[in-house]
Amino acid sequence: MPERRTILPLRTGLLFLAPAAIFVVAFIVLPFFWVAVVSFTNRSLTGPGALHPHFVGLTNYLQLFAPRTFLQPGQFGSSLLITGQFVLFSALIGQAVLGLVLAWLFYRRESWVKQTVQTLAIVAWIIPDVVVAFAWSAFLDYGQGTLNHILTGLGLPRVDWLLGVPMLSIILFNTWRGTAFSMLLFSSALGSIPPSHLETADVTGANAWQKLRDIILPLIRTHIVTDLILITLWTFNTFTPFLITGGGPAFRTEVVSILTYRIAFKYFNFGSGSAIGMIMMLINLAFALVYLSLLRRREATR
Amino acid sequence: MARVVFDHVSKHFGAVRAVDDVSFDIEDGEFICLLGPSGCGKTTTLRLMAGLEQPTSGRIAVDDRDVTFAKPKERDVGMVFQDYALFPHMTIAENIAYPLKVRGAPAKDRAARTADVAQSLGIDHLLERRPGQISGGQQQRTSVARAVVHKPKVFLFDEPLSNLDAKLRVEARSFLKHLQVELGVTALYVTHDQAEAMALADRIAVMEGGRVVQMGPPLEVYRKPATTFVANFLGNPPMNLVPVKLRLDGGRARLQAAGLDVAVDPGRASRFRDGADLTLGVRPEHLRLVPDAGEATFTGSVYTVEPLGPETLITCTVDGQLVTARLFGDEPPELGDTAHFRIDEHHLELFDDAGVRVER
Amino acid sequence: MRLLRLVLTRATFYAAAAIFAALFAIPLVWLLFAPFDARANLAVRLPHPFTLANFGKVFANAFAVRALFQNSIIQAGGAMLLVTLLATLAAYALSRSPIRGKDLLSYGLVLFSSIVTGTAAMVPLFLLIYSLGLIDTQLGVILVFTGGLLPAAIFIMRDFVDSIPRSYEESALVAGASAWGMFKDIALPIVRPGMMVVAVWTFVNVWGGFFVPFILLRSPSNMPASVAIYSFYTEGGTPIITLTTAYSLLYTLPVLALYLFVNWRYGFRFFGGIKS
Ligand SMILES: Nc1ncnc2c1ncn2[C@@H]1O[C@H](COP(=O)(O)OP(=O)(O)O)[C@@H](O)[C@H]1O
Ligand SMILES: [Mg+2]
Repeated sequence: MPERRTILPLRTGLLFLAPAAIFVVAFIVLPFFWVAVVSFTNRSLTGPGALHPHFVGLTNYLQLFAPRTFLQPGQFGSSLLITGQFVLFSALIGQAVLGLVLAWLFYRRESWVKQTVQTLAIVAWIIPDVVVAFAWSAFLDYGQGTLNHILTGLGLPRVDWLLGVPMLSIILFNTWRGTAFSMLLFSSALGSIPPSHLETADVTGANAWQKLRDIILPLIRTHIVTDLILITLWTFNTFTPFLITGGGPAFRTEVVSILTYRIAFKYFNFGSGSAIGMIMMLINLAFALVYLSLLRRREATR
Repeated sequence: MARVVFDHVSKHFGAVRAVDDVSFDIEDGEFICLLGPSGCGKTTTLRLMAGLEQPTSGRIAVDDRDVTFAKPKERDVGMVFQDYALFPHMTIAENIAYPLKVRGAPAKDRAARTADVAQSLGIDHLLERRPGQISGGQQQRTSVARAVVHKPKVFLFDEPLSNLDAKLRVEARSFLKHLQVELGVTALYVTHDQAEAMALADRIAVMEGGRVVQMGPPLEVYRKPATTFVANFLGNPPMNLVPVKLRLDGGRARLQAAGLDVAVDPGRASRFRDGADLTLGVRPEHLRLVPDAGEATFTGSVYTVEPLGPETLITCTVDGQLVTARLFGDEPPELGDTAHFRIDEHHLELFDDAGVRVER
Repeated sequence: MRLLRLVLTRATFYAAAAIFAALFAIPLVWLLFAPFDARANLAVRLPHPFTLANFGKVFANAFAVRALFQNSIIQAGGAMLLVTLLATLAAYALSRSPIRGKDLLSYGLVLFSSIVTGTAAMVPLFLLIYSLGLIDTQLGVILVFTGGLLPAAIFIMRDFVDSIPRSYEESALVAGASAWGMFKDIALPIVRPGMMVVAVWTFVNVWGGFFVPFILLRSPSNMPASVAIYSFYTEGGTPIITLTTAYSLLYTLPVLALYLFVNWRYGFRFFGGIKS
């Protein structure tokens, strides 16, 4: 096992590791526990809770889960539902499916067409958040927006995207924004399939759909699960819809990250905001554990 | 130039005994090959010598100086790695000069010495290139140049030829031998290729499971393998090893197996009882084809015939056992024929039931 | 018949490709035209009259200039230097030293960092910077970004260091180099491509980052360009479209340039989560 050969003495190694460790402990590990602590207090940014926060037990959580208000607009339950829809439609369905379609469309085709389409998808993915959000606000504008121009050009009625169907708008946006990741992951997964597998299928006379279903999808199954979990994690935690809709109108696009922001930084209720943050982290933890166990299993079978 | 002593050196990685109680002396200017199958501890032994590993127990000395725990830079060795490990961001000249640079040699001396070494290795026209821009053989020479440039006391080679193709390998082999003789430097050379070890070494140390099982000049190791393991490892094809039963009958001793019956000097078998299980060893070139059963010591049916030009390899099955003969010039038998062979007793080796050679 | 099928397949392929290209490109076309249009509104149209005056407006706006050419550069550059340096040292140690349980440590790192995201941890991150007295400072932003990006950077970097044969360093040691000499002469130059990738990745992430400066900064004079753009198109009532689009374009260019650079220099190699 040559990997074990050491080159740096232990002491130097620890010295090299120390600065990064300090950052990770301060900005990753500490916040994880801090958020739990704050979620049991009435800490706030202003007022008495700022100077002398005190322990309030489960109050914050009970409020979040109060059955009477749970599903009302602007409340935690409703926000979770919105986030669920957002993740399901924009990531799991939108990005993953579109990414797979694109990867499959250009599989084993090297041409400028592939280059162009993939580059455009990547550009949509790497441009900074505020810029794409700004562009999409214009794109979706009721009166002047490009999308409604296209619709009227096709003889279809205008749609009030941002006020009428805000959820659909951020779902379309996030699909457009993030597809490149899935496309790249699936492309590299497809690229790692030995051509002989497909040639065997060709010889037996399978058509394109059968090849996809019987050979390709089973072979890239772990990549698919990896992709689904990663984009779920990212979409679940993203704040970007805020830049387009601000969470509105009437909380209709208020995903949990925006809700946390509103409660903690608009209402200055840090205790309650931390309680939501805590629940978000637990959900993240569940996804991450599934992902890591999968990663290990894949390494074990390699 | 130096004398090297390994004194009961062991290196354990957890439960793995990579090197297990190894002792040997290397004379000044000697070329020693460590030979053995993959995983037997050759590289680890070499790395212990280089100072890249520290032994679990034992002592290593160079010229009577204890270097057991000395750092690599305190040992004054030059090493050629299996993958050459040429620094990709440096030119060939910078690569070769690196040991001089870290020793603080003035730039002018460095350049002169580098040019010298490069010339003697035939790579002086490549000095401004980068490792990625030269061939495998040239990379190998560069790596050798970097190892010799500071005139180290000991050369270390870890399978330096294994990344070359077959033709280049033979060429590079003679070249290395020539270089070592010319420089007269003590060398420790690791390989799993027995032909390479035979060709290069003053003495071969055969390793098995972390131990040195035999050490001696190539022909001695070839002719008198200390164990069946060594017998099987050296020579291509290796020594034939056939399980036999010892028959003591009056004052005479015979070795017998299905299709085989040979008399041996009773003195050789004196310490065994009648019916003892022994192993008979005979090199393929010592099987002589004879026309009929009368003279033969063993008879088998021909299984494969491999004409190799100067010689022909005949493999026979004898009671399910394969025995190979190397024939020169003879009119070879054909597939399926029954072939009769004679083995002269002085060519015959005996191994006891533990696989250890029986001294004559 | 076969020819017809072939033609149809080809045609379908090009049609599909064209549709996808359009889907990705159209929402951005406006951003390409409006900056050069003296009378730009939210509609897409060829710039008429064509002008570069919008960029003049940007440079005349002290707040915008400061945000883009000072604050964004300080924040992205600072985090880039810190992350690259610390990730390189840490990844090198994780790869080359006999630290016990380092694989577990790496797993734990990935696990924690995917749980403790900027949005989920916004309150404790704010409180942490607050108690350090760094609210409304560039340093606070740099520190939070560094902490957040380090785990992934270490992961990318470790992958890279692990792929480098140890025999490079070993042959330097045998050649007589000291530990420091070996690190400086051999290890660092060889991992430099990995450092470049991590540096670019960090820079792009911080440059485009909105949420962290948005919650940690107060005064306009500290805002990076991302927050500046957001304030242009929201707080100004009717957005000043000409200024904002020109500004957005200027702000986007470095990201595209860096992408092209990485693509050209190293090929767009695919790193799991190159974007966080
Ligand atoms: N750094 C190490 N950690 C753990 N085991 C090792 C290490 N280096 C070598 N080994 C083990 O020691 C034995 C001998 O290895 P090595 O010296 O490389 O053999 P060779 O060079 O003869 O193929 C092998 O079983 C190998 O797995
Ligand atoms: Mg080896």
